[in-house]
Amino acid sequence: MKPRPFDYARPDTIDEAVALLAERGDEARILAGGQSLMAMMNLRLADPSMLIDIARIAELGHIRDLGDTIEVGAAVTQNRLLAWPDLTAKLPLLAAALPFVGHFQTRNKGTVCGSIAHADPSSEIPLSLATLEGSVVLRSTGGERVVAAKDFQIDMMTTARRGDEMITAVRFPVHTGRGVAFREVARRHGDFAIIAIAAVIEGKDFAQIGIGGMAGKPLVQRIVMKELKSEIEALATGFEDYEDLHASAALRRDILRNLAPLVLAEAQACAA
Amino acid sequence: MSKRLGTRVVRKEDPALLSGRGRYADDLPVPAGTLHAHVIRSPHPHADIVSIDATAALAMEGVWAVITGVDIKKISDPFLVALKSPIHQWSLAVDRVRFAGEPVALVVAENRYLAEDAAEAVAIEYTPREAAIDPVEACKKSSPLLHAEAKTNEISVRTFRYGDTKCAFETADKVIKLTVDFHRLSFTPMECFVAVASHNPADDSYDCMANFQGPFSTHPVMARALRVPGPKMRLRIPPDSGGSFGIKLSVFPYVVLTALAAKITGRTVKWVEDRAEHLLAASTGPNRVTEIEAAVTKDGKILGLRMDQLEDYGAFLRAPMPGPLYRMHGAITGGYDIANIDVTNRVVLTNKMPASLIRGFGGPQLYLALERMVQRIAIELGLEHLDVIRRNLVQPEKFPYRAAAGGLYDSGDYPRAVETAVGDGRLDYLKKRRDEAREAGRKYGIGFAVVVEPAMSNMGYLSTLLTPETREKAGPKNGATSMVTVNVDPLGAVSVTADVTVQGQGHETVLSQIVADRLGLQPGDIDVTLEMDTAKDQWSIAAGTYSCRFTPGTAVAAHMAAGQLADKLKRIAAKQLNVMAADVELADGKIRSISNPDNALPFGRVAGTSHWSPVMLPDGMVPALSETGVWNPPELEPPSSDDRINTSLTYGFVFDMCGIEIDPVTYQVKVDRYTSMHDAGKILNPLIADGQMRGAFAQGIACALYEEFVTNEEGAFLTGTFADYLVPTVSEVPPVEMLHIESPSPFTPLGAKGLAEGNCMSVPACIANAIADALGVKDVRLPATPRRIHALMASNGGVR
Amino acid sequence: MRRVNKDEKSRISLTLNGRKMAAEAEPRMLLSDFLRHSLGATGTHVGCEHGVCGCCTVQIDGTAVRSCLTLAMQAEGRDVKTVESLAGPNGRLNTLQQAFQKHHALQCGFCTPGILMSFTDFLSRNPKPTEEELREVLSGHICRCTGYAGIMAALKEAVGIS
Ligand code: FES
Ligand code: FES
Repeated sequence: MKPRPFDYARPDTIDEAVALLAERGDEARILAGGQSLMAMMNLRLADPSMLIDIARIAELGHIRDLGDTIEVGAAVTQNRLLAWPDLTAKLPLLAAALPFVGHFQTRNKGTVCGSIAHADPSSEIPLSLATLEGSVVLRSTGGERVVAAKDFQIDMMTTARRGDEMITAVRFPVHTGRGVAFREVARRHGDFAIIAIAAVIEGKDFAQIGIGGMAGKPLVQRIVMKELKSEIEALATGFEDYEDLHASAALRRDILRNLAPLVLAEAQACAA
Repeated sequence: MSKRLGTRVVRKEDPALLSGRGRYADDLPVPAGTLHAHVIRSPHPHADIVSIDATAALAMEGVWAVITGVDIKKISDPFLVALKSPIHQWSLAVDRVRFAGEPVALVVAENRYLAEDAAEAVAIEYTPREAAIDPVEACKKSSPLLHAEAKTNEISVRTFRYGDTKCAFETADKVIKLTVDFHRLSFTPMECFVAVASHNPADDSYDCMANFQGPFSTHPVMARALRVPGPKMRLRIPPDSGGSFGIKLSVFPYVVLTALAAKITGRTVKWVEDRAEHLLAASTGPNRVTEIEAAVTKDGKILGLRMDQLEDYGAFLRAPMPGPLYRMHGAITGGYDIANIDVTNRVVLTNKMPASLIRGFGGPQLYLALERMVQRIAIELGLEHLDVIRRNLVQPEKFPYRAAAGGLYDSGDYPRAVETAVGDGRLDYLKKRRDEAREAGRKYGIGFAVVVEPAMSNMGYLSTLLTPETREKAGPKNGATSMVTVNVDPLGAVSVTADVTVQGQGHETVLSQIVADRLGLQPGDIDVTLEMDTAKDQWSIAAGTYSCRFTPGTAVAAHMAAGQLADKLKRIAAKQLNVMAADVELADGKIRSISNPDNALPFGRVAGTSHWSPVMLPDGMVPALSETGVWNPPELEPPSSDDRINTSLTYGFVFDMCGIEIDPVTYQVKVDRYTSMHDAGKILNPLIADGQMRGAFAQGIACALYEEFVTNEEGAFLTGTFADYLVPTVSEVPPVEMLHIESPSPFTPLGAKGLAEGNCMSVPACIANAIADALGVKDVRLPATPRRIHALMASNGGVR
Repeated sequence: MRRVNKDEKSRISLTLNGRKMAAEAEPRMLLSDFLRHSLGATGTHVGCEHGVCGCCTVQIDGTAVRSCLTLAMQAEGRDVKTVESLAGPNGRLNTLQQAFQKHHALQCGFCTPGILMSFTDFLSRNPKPTEEELREVLSGHICRCTGYAGIMAALKEAVGIS
């Protein structure tokens, strides 16, 4: 379990990093925390010809309050965001979701943007970003573009990022004062979720619900609270069969039926 | 001076391990220029090897060799097995692969990174064959054959009859039947396999180092495979090991493989198994299908049992298999007084990873079937489960009790153990919890399990697999020898070596307690060295750490060795103190007169006499202060002509009781309360004993709820990483209340029995029974994952 | 910009347990291998090499991380601490180590160095954690021997939870 050979580069600036991407394209991979990438490389399931280590680029280490969004730079670790003093006030959903991400030890190194880039269908940060309708900031030598979360993650581990682009930051909309809840079911503590559910209450009658683990990417839907039961039933039956070793499609649907009302109730209670 | 044996002495082992100063196999220095090996493994469960082209790999700088089955077949022999059958296994596949993960070639290069690169450059062409995966299907004529010369996959069938089972079934009020499946799993030690070997062409000898655990009956198997006499295959075992649980026996084919690679390359060769290899191919416990039938009276008395045990050993039978099928044989009636039993044991081979040693060794498979049956008897007769248990337990006045199949249970008071555990309101509490939960529409169940826990295996038990006539011809096998040596140096410092391998059980500490007590010293005064060297240490084929042989075996040998030494020191001191030897005691670091304690000599002074003035010793005394205790209990007789076998020396008792609830949201089985009662005779160190039992408990939970090696119908292995093969973390292991009573064993001088495997045997059965109670179902497959629970509920009246 | 080609070995230096050390390595060398086999610090163990077991946990600049998911290059110039740094002069065990011995929190000891390094980091940030928080951090490690009971008892004693 040793990685294949690769070139290593540790640029000092974003410009240097994107120049390398322009030169190497798809063959190169960004290394930030490496908590998913290095495991895949040790198993020889990923095979980049170059790793571009961005962890020390000072411009990427920011958590910035932009008013209605919070921007988190690509070098910010999950535990750093979790320890950000304004987190509970400005991004309560993230405060609820981040403790579910891996373990203390992996959050120490794993980055917020790395999790978005990896785009695992059951992972918590992409689900939160999608539920909040945040966005992803991409940079290449050609310039910068901002992609909405719903357009960014396309399918299981597939995103709209082009080979010559890197994620420099993600932007989470501030949702101060709104009721939120996040729950997930995993086989073991810290495992990838069988199902993860995020909820944000929208006024009196609506809620935004995000569901991970039921398809190749998170599903986000606005639901009418009065119709809760039928809305959830429609969601549960609406998914295509999604099955793996740990959970059958039927089990996933039933957990969704059981869990979604609890998460929504918790979000409502927190809003009150 | 107060005795240290029986007290919570903290471990001698810990300071080094806590400071990063352990000496594990991969930490030990190797000669400069050592080469590193990487194993190329079969991607197919069953295929013919058409060609292996290593040209490109060999052209890479730093690559020394790519070794194939054809190469090693020329210079080695297949591994010996207990069963005579035309099945040949070498350390690399020859011509055909029979399980996904089977070693096909070995790349030897300057470092591991490079060896893995080169492995990708080796082109291997296979012609896939149809695979036999399911053990029941594999027994059928229509199944693909693994070993054509054996003409069948079902390579051993033996039926045993004890008592008059036919009559029991004819006179029974009711006959109850059940089929029980036991799955594949391993306890995956955190340290994987390591093997290092060099070869000396001058005398064709091998020097090997590996984190091998024993039994040392495997040493001749390795030496024979290498075509050398035992002394020419020196095997060293490091002073520390990152866990074993039976699994590290299975490093032995790789010891041979690295040895052959050393011979071929002329260099020292090192191989460190990685986790992906370990999960895919190291070792698994065997899966078993048991058909069990009970003949019972209306009030729940079991008159007789019929069992058909089909055990799946994967692609090859490896020494000492099929151990799990026979290790429990003498105790196959468990904790119950059942006079009549017929058993058929069947061994089948399939295209899966070979099965081998694992903690519990046959116990979990047996007790899942037997204890599920006892619960079914209660259900079908409309009785309380606990009452059926009570009605059938072996009664205390019957000890030593000869079980139907030959086990000689040394001591116990099973009813007292059970009543103590359910008493104090424990069972009432569970019933109250169950009532409340059911009232609220939740699924709650109570389970029990009774386990007789054998320790120190009779080396003859496996020969029960042969017919009495064949055994007669081969010569009887029996006994189990333990050896410990205690030395005293010229200044009185004491050192100990023993025939066990280290795996983390705290043997150093316990041996120091035993020896210190006998010599009137403190455990801190005793140095214990447990790294093993087959060229220099004393060992027998029974040596190693397995089947709980330490407590009833090695510990006794230490007690004997230190006792012999104490006697000698007393006689030497008696002369110097001018008293009779009978008036001498060893205490407080002194050797003194009992009647006049002021008449005393320091321990070291007396020791010095033996070293410096051997001429002054009492007449006829052999001078050296080095004594070896050799222990071989007479109770371990060979199988009788009617196939009865006392499979182990001591038999402990475990009774478990638990309450579980099905989480209504996630379908996860949640343990609400768990109580485990143990009778392991005398406890040598309660701190360490508790650790062993809690470790076994966690592994029992793992087996019951989380861990399974999954192979799909085509033979693809699906649990190849720790993300798929789910080892419980602290969050998944529930609390457990451990209770004890002590019925000392009359068969060992220390009265102590084994205790480290019982919960591996009891927990799966107890949890399965609780699930059956919660859901009102008959068939419970383990591990009881949310997926399985959900499916059970769906087919049994609805999920929500 | 630091840049090394795949077949090139370069000199990687870092501070290990207070001492500056360096060795040559290819870019792909894992920190776990670099520490163990290039720098001789074998107290750090390797149990899975895919980030699940926690045996390989070390601290980089005081933060506990998986060294099997870290390249030696990523630790270049950093302050790395391993289990060898914990005991005092003459091998005197620190409070956490002593609690582990007292409560029989280790059997084979293979998982132990990683656990100690995780908690040395965690407790420096949260000296008074709850039992739940201790459990949460411990769940990032697999121990096959102990069933975790002794480890929890040791941790609780070390932080003063009775
Ligand atoms: S070896 Fe790094 S987490 Fe297992
Ligand atoms: S003590 Fe052996 S793995 Fe933890």
